[in-house]
Amino acid sequence: MPITYTSGEQIEVYRFSLPVTVGVPLLALFLQVFLPRRIFSIFDLPLLVTIFFAMARRNPVSGLFTGAAIGLAQDMLGPYPIGIYGIAKTVVGYGASSLGAKLDVENAGARLLVTLGFYLVHQAVFFTVARGMVNLTLNWSWGRGLLAGLANGVVGMVLYFVLDKFKQRT
Amino acid sequence: MESVLGRYRNLTILVGVLFLQVLGLAVQVKRSPDAEHTRLIRIWAVDAITPLERVIVRAQNGTNDLWHNYFFLRGVRAENRQLKEQIEQMRLQQVRLSEDAAQAHRLQSLLAFEEQVVMKTIPAQVIGSSGSDLSRSVYIDKGSNQGIAADMPVITVGGIVGKVLRVYPSTSLVLMINDQSSGVGVLLEKSRLQGVLRGTADGELVLERVMSDEQVTPGETVLSSGGDQIFPKGFPVGTVSHVSPGKELFLNIKVRAAADLSRLEEVLVVTERQEREVEASGGKTRAADILAQRLPSVPDKPATIAATPGAALSKPVPDAVAQSAGASAKPQPNGTSKPGTGTGGGTKLAARPATKVSPARLAPASTNNESPVVQSPDLGVSSGANAAESSGSATSASSTSIPTGTPEKPAPLPAKPSTTQSTPPPAATEDNPH
Repeated sequence: MPITYTSGEQIEVYRFSLPVTVGVPLLALFLQVFLPRRIFSIFDLPLLVTIFFAMARRNPVSGLFTGAAIGLAQDMLGPYPIGIYGIAKTVVGYGASSLGAKLDVENAGARLLVTLGFYLVHQAVFFTVARGMVNLTLNWSWGRGLLAGLANGVVGMVLYFVLDKFKQRT
Repeated sequence: MESVLGRYRNLTILVGVLFLQVLGLAVQVKRSPDAEHTRLIRIWAVDAITPLERVIVRAQNGTNDLWHNYFFLRGVRAENRQLKEQIEQMRLQQVRLSEDAAQAHRLQSLLAFEEQVVMKTIPAQVIGSSGSDLSRSVYIDKGSNQGIAADMPVITVGGIVGKVLRVYPSTSLVLMINDQSSGVGVLLEKSRLQGVLRGTADGELVLERVMSDEQVTPGETVLSSGGDQIFPKGFPVGTVSHVSPGKELFLNIKVRAAADLSRLEEVLVVTERQEREVEASGGKTRAADILAQRLPSVPDKPATIAATPGAALSKPVPDAVAQSAGASAKPQPNGTSKPGTGTGGGTKLAARPATKVSPARLAPASTNNESPVVQSPDLGVSSGANAAESSGSATSASSTSIPTGTPEKPAPLPAKPSTTQSTPPPAATEDNPH
């Protein structure tokens, strides 16, 4: 696994045990389905998990496959055709791992901004596919999108802090 | 070539994975949406998630029940007293409403009105959502094993919730009315304006297709119109919360859902409904019955006057409306009868003593604006609508008209019974109120 350096600081590549690799995305999907909609509807826990694993592994191929798997699983539980979330999270997984390989995204502020950015990228891809290919009549709301992005960023900071405990150095 | 692929290996894999997903998506979109080609995959995913959800929801409900049934009983006595008072009030209200409903049914039956009746519902518990922050859909713990099918309406006591989108063996996915892809045919209760209710990205409800020159006031109740062929007509959908000018000559109407869509726990799936003609309670109701109930009753009078033997009656004029059927035919000094002069038309009746008429029967009213004809057993043929069997009043003594669009003026058909000319008018006719 190549190690990339940024500003003279070593960026480490992490891996995770199999239970964490499988269990955390499943738990995120489960919570996304189970948690009360009234409070948690704006959070996208599978997206946060995708971003975390992609940035920690720093491998674009691994990141895009993680995103694709989580996104397709999310599609299977939703009302829309399978593949919309899959495509969006594949792009996010690839982008997050590529970014993680080049930048240090270990501190909280960077994580907040990265999560906000990837949330917007995710929504952009989702809406493009949903409207362009599936012809769904979905409306984009900038206010809600930015608010949800920030909320996901804040939750992401806490979640990443917890998930950092499961990191294993390669 | 290999070096290029090796150099752009990651990008190539990304494009490949995206291409496969786009291909799969295109196949799904191209095929008929009714044919569920991804059903098996979805069943696996749902079956993997929902059992755990069921366990957690049941444990949660058990804890809640324990708390509410055993530990949270303070003030129950006071609440019980309050509820009893409320029940008394509601009983009074129920009496009034049931009378209104019975009347409405009777009138609807006259119009051969067809109503949709919810025949059977299945209660279900909400066990989760779709897992997507952009879709508003929930999973319920009933599926095809319990008789649930796609497109069945889902309601609560408060109002409509949505429709069944996908059905699995033991669970179903319900698309709520505030989803962006949902659309419900609705009408406003007071103004009867019709429109389409859609969800927004924020999970709000917006009533579309109402012209800006219409008057819509906040607080007005929104009901299902039945036009979408999914939701039964007349179910509460919500109330208008905000009205403002919108785009392209349409009003921007926000609606607050009647059912609390963000806190759904138990719902009812309408599994069977029937379109049937309204029938008034107590069998077939005739126009005479309805009118007889609405009119002040006439006290019974003893049948004192015997009918003149051989007295003939004039033929009833088809257009005549029941108006002072028997006694209006006042005997004239010369022995001829005078036609009744009711406002709604009348029937020519020969000079014949007012007779206690036995319960008459309304012949079926014809559709060409003819008045109903009362067939009286002892008088042969007479006219009038106040011959209700149930009223028990003498039909000859009341003046009633059925609003059937009959002409104001009675047809001037003189009665020419030869026998009546020689018969002196009996005194009893003077007692007749008309």
